[in-house]
Amino acid sequence: MRVLAAMSGGVDSAVAAARAVDAGHDVTGVHLALSAKPGTLRTGSRGCCTVEDAHDARRAADILGIPFYVWDFAERFTEEVIEDFVAEYAAGRTPNPCLKCNERIKFEALLDKAIALGFDAVCTGHYARLADGTLRRAKDAGKDQSYVLASLTPEQLRHAMFPVGDTTKDDIRAEAAARDLAVADKPDSYDICFIPDGDTRAFLESRIGSRPGQLVDAESGAVLGVHTGVHGFTVGQRHGLGIDRPAPDGRPRYVLSLEPVDGTVRVGPADRLSVREIVADRAVWPHNRPLDGVVECVAQVRAHGGTSPATAEFRDGTLTVRPQAQLRGVAPGQAVVLYRPDADGDVVLGSATIRATSA
Amino acid sequence: MTYLDHAATTPMLPEAVTALTNALSTVGNASSLHTSGRRARRAVEEARESIAASLGARPSEVVFTSGGTEADNLAVKGVHWARKGRNRVLVSAIEHHAVLDAADWLREHAGADVTFLEVDDFGRVHADTLRAAIAEDPDAVSLVSVMWANNEVGTVNPVRELAETCAEFGVPFHTDAVQAVGALPVDFAAAGPNAMTVSGHKVGGPYGVGALLLGRDVPCVPLAHGGGQEREVRSGTLDVPAIIAMAEAVRVAVDEREARARKLADLRDDLVRRVRAAVPSAIYNGDPGHTAMDGGPSRLPGNAHFTFPGCEGDSLLMLLDARGIECSTGSACTAGVAQPSHVLLGMGVDPKLARGSLRFSLGHTSTRQDVDALVAAIGPVVERAQSAGLAGLRRG
Repeated sequence: MRVLAAMSGGVDSAVAAARAVDAGHDVTGVHLALSAKPGTLRTGSRGCCTVEDAHDARRAADILGIPFYVWDFAERFTEEVIEDFVAEYAAGRTPNPCLKCNERIKFEALLDKAIALGFDAVCTGHYARLADGTLRRAKDAGKDQSYVLASLTPEQLRHAMFPVGDTTKDDIRAEAAARDLAVADKPDSYDICFIPDGDTRAFLESRIGSRPGQLVDAESGAVLGVHTGVHGFTVGQRHGLGIDRPAPDGRPRYVLSLEPVDGTVRVGPADRLSVREIVADRAVWPHNRPLDGVVECVAQVRAHGGTSPATAEFRDGTLTVRPQAQLRGVAPGQAVVLYRPDADGDVVLGSATIRATSA
Repeated sequence: MTYLDHAATTPMLPEAVTALTNALSTVGNASSLHTSGRRARRAVEEARESIAASLGARPSEVVFTSGGTEADNLAVKGVHWARKGRNRVLVSAIEHHAVLDAADWLREHAGADVTFLEVDDFGRVHADTLRAAIAEDPDAVSLVSVMWANNEVGTVNPVRELAETCAEFGVPFHTDAVQAVGALPVDFAAAGPNAMTVSGHKVGGPYGVGALLLGRDVPCVPLAHGGGQEREVRSGTLDVPAIIAMAEAVRVAVDEREARARKLADLRDDLVRRVRAAVPSAIYNGDPGHTAMDGGPSRLPGNAHFTFPGCEGDSLLMLLDARGIECSTGSACTAGVAQPSHVLLGMGVDPKLARGSLRFSLGHTSTRQDVDALVAAIGPVVERAQSAGLAGLRRG
């Protein structure tokens, strides 16, 4: 196959490309330039769009002996990921930009271009297993990224390759070292790539500005303070609420809900965060099999952690998920991803965007 | 391999390779006083005289540098700094980044007032435009810089006329002749600029060496301080082998220019005709090249530059590269990202169209087979790149 390897400059995508080469594919490496103004030699920044990352990707491609190009997707990325991220926060929701980037950039803009240019597949360094069209969790549970890939359509998955999903991160690093890839010990990236300093609140403040509202005690209705915008909060958040009084019962308070129209942020004790029912829409079924009836499964409500056995039902375009364990901090805007437990790696059943929750 | 990127760099001429390799095994710092030093110095001075003779300059006007970029920076910043109290810098909108960014640096860090001279649809600066710009406040102009021939679209500027215009106002005139030497008749004295940039590797010499031809009466402040080897304007131990080899390359390139230019122009015209036949929608950018300019052609003889509507330049480049055909998107690179060319934008080309542009540049090793290979590939490549361009629009 002719394979286009998306190379971020990190260790995972470098080994993924190497494995595609080993598998006998005709591989071309591409680094996606996603920032309109690529940073230069910023220390401490571990995004996906710095000049050093492009350099690291290029050096990995050199070692693999594959052609390498930098393609500019900054405009698409800004429109479809960054602007969506800002708009979602402004609307009181909590988006997942990595998911959006996979859905719209890597497996849409890039994949479309790749197919049109004669490639058969796009290969990335994501930790997920994909064989015979079935998307499963990665072998390395701590690194599993199936959550941010679950909203890919069967058509997108048909042209996707995730060669590192069957290996642990430690083994990938060892393999990179054995292959003389200089990125073998490059630190993992954790931050949102377009917010290199990690200060999401400041980033949103600079984009959205100040939209003052009240912090309200969900139980008593008392106004506890004011804030500069719902975009500074996420459901389940405990710190940085700016409340200068302890709760009467002395228990910590958490953000329970956000009301973007009048700017009200409701806070309350942890037990009120627990969610009994999640309503989600914009469902995607990676294997073209929508849920049939009430299905026992495992639900995951954020990229890391937040899993529980659940029952799920899909009816009239709406997915209703009832977690059996206490899931806290379920934020509208995040995806709920459903899995069927399996000894060979839990199988992704589907993904949908959380619209509302109820206790 | 079909190498159609001679404007980026061209293979070293055999004479230059010989000169370089012979010189590499000799010792001697050209600033040393002993026999070896004197031998090295003699070789440098002979190279200086040779380059001066080839380019119509006096030996004392040749200042060796590390290449075209340094020479451009030295001319723009050095002359500006030397003309204290004058803060107007006039550069054309289609300059190489070595001039453009140097001027921009002066704007940001030295309070310079930079004027970008407009060009016509071919990318040419007219003397009238220059005259009007200088006339706004002639006494405040520190220098004017307009390239001899454009590296992307190949358009040749009326250097003699521009130099005359500057001379009328007593304003120093620098021209970047990196692409012109060996391709056009270049005579420093006859054309009349006060400073002129030359690069080694663009004429078949080695990388990392160049020269600024700088009139004796043109004050210039050095960029880097040290031994003052080159007229106190440029410091650093001279790269003797590279200088010898560059002089040899300039000599051969200038001596053989007429015959080579004629051959390249024929090959280029054939390439243009057949590419346009294969891709009727292709737009040929720059001067058509059929008129005369200062005793030479009005377009670089080896340059062909096209816009392919509906295509992304990076797609075209990759598809051609995969077929063993090497060319350039002719664009500036930041982390390798293709930006729409400032040259095309300066010529008034729509930014979207500008992104779908390719430069094919021929040189001394180019053959009819190179053109055949490109002509055979370009049709299917453009068709494929167009479908990729449409894919980008589908859901965008």
